Formats: sequence, structure tokens, C-alpha cells
Amino acid sequence: MFKELLFLFKLVSAGDIARRYFVTNGFDGALTMLGLVIGFLSSNTAVPTTVVLSACLGATIALTVSGMVSAYISEAAERKKELRELEQALAKNMDESAHAKAAKLAPIFIAAVNGLSPLFISLLIISPLWLSLSGFSIPLLPLQMSIIIAFVILFFLGIFIGNISGHFWLWSGLRTLLIAIITAGIIIGVEKLMQ
Amino acid sequence: MSLLKRIVLDVLKPHQPSILEFASTIADQHNDCRVKITVTEVDEKTETTIVIIEGDNISYRAIEETINSLGASIHSIDEVEVNNTSGSTS
Repeated sequence: MFKELLFLFKLVSAGDIARRYFVTNGFDGALTMLGLVIGFLSSNTAVPTTVVLSACLGATIALTVSGMVSAYISEAAERKKELRELEQALAKNMDESAHAKAAKLAPIFIAAVNGLSPLFISLLIISPLWLSLSGFSIPLLPLQMSIIIAFVILFFLGIFIGNISGHFWLWSGLRTLLIAIITAGIIIGVEKLMQ
Repeated sequence: MSLLKRIVLDVLKPHQPSILEFASTIADQHNDCRVKITVTEVDEKTETTIVIIEGDNISYRAIEETINSLGASIHSIDEVEVNNTSGSTS
């Protein structure tokens, strides 16, 4: 069963596509959480942790659902198009072929990766808020801890991208970290302008 | 009783699965058979191949099913070798 699934996913390069989606939507999730947390931290208002957690959870769920649905719809359409093109090239109906099975299963797998990557990353980033509410002691303020975790995750996502592209891992990690720092700077700047 | 020992097929297949996986899948599903594939032409989405299958008792129907399930289609049967195993008794 697992071997067959691997064969089917390889047939339509589902692994490569899922990896791309993992990075894209994971990055999306991490930056969204970073933005939310920095927004709350720099608002100069004492917002209760429960409110921050609720807002972050809401955004996480929205990112997860949006990731799953958008990836499924677009990938299912792409796979169907590819299958029809292949049918034309081979001049035969391929409904009973492995390609047809792959065209049905691959979008589900890709959608799951695209939805679950921002879910896990976001949950990791907001875990200090939840830990703090549950009574666990953490070395820094929950929001500060969340920001540090977001930076670390974005750095590791950069390393992951570096491994794929064959670039030096440290430079790749630092590049995504720099993007996170610039984003944080823009958010703080806009917040200051609004106050 | 005649047994199919060797068959040469002209097969049009998509690029994926590769000929390595294509040959392995055919060989995996038919005991004691030897599969040789030669690519004769490569197009944008397909490749034309010559598939040679050798064995003690090849089932053409099973091979056709496997090839179809891999998204390929048999264009023609180019060569067959059949043995009569009923034995000649004097």
C-alpha cells in the first residue's frame, strides 16, 4: 500500500510539489504569526494573553483551511489537465491507469502538506502563549518567546531551502532571517506611524 | 499445449514511470520472466519503446493488463516465440 502510494506520487512528482508547498505555506504561517505577535507587542496596550492566543489560533485555522482548499483545487485541476494531455498524446483513455489514480490521490497529499505546514509552524510559534496560560514558567515574556521561536523557525526554513537549492546553508538561513527582521521592522514602523 | 516463451511488443508509454520502473513492474508481476526495454523514439510527452519479455510461460493478457495500468499502450506485437510442450510420444 505504502509502496504503491510512493510509486503513484513519484509518477506525478507529488513529493517535489509538496516540498515546495511546505516551504511556501510554512513561510506564510511563520510570517503571519510573527506579524500578529509583533503587532500585539508593539501596540502599547496590555492585551490579555487569551486574546492574543485566540487571534493567533484564528489566523492559524484560516491559514490551514485556506492552504488545504486552495492547494487541492489548483492541484486537482493541474493533474486533470496533465492527464487529458497525456490521453491525447497516447490516444487512449487512461481512467484505469496508475496516472488516473495518481491524479486523484496526489492533490489530497499536497493539500494536506500545504495545510498542515502552517498549522504546525504556527502552533510552535504560539506555544509559549499556551504554556504561559497553562501555568508553565518560561524564561521570557510569552510574546517575546514567540518572536524568538518565529525567527528560529524562519532561519531553519532558510536552511531547508538552502539544502534544496544547494546553496550554503548558513547564507540561506540568514537570508530568511533577514526577511523576518525586515518584516518585523516594517510592522513596528507602521505601528509607530499609526500611534 | 503451447506456451508463450518470448514476445516483442511495440509500446507507446508516458515518460513516467521510467523504463527502469516500467520493466521492474512488469517483471515483478510475472514470475520467472526477463524484461528488456529499448527506447526508440522520444516525444514531448511520450516515448516509443520495444519491450522484449522472455519466460517459461508468459501470459500475454496479464502483460497487456500491466502495461495498460502503467498508462502505456501496445501498438503492435512484433515477434512471438511459442513452444509446444505436449511432447511427442512415439
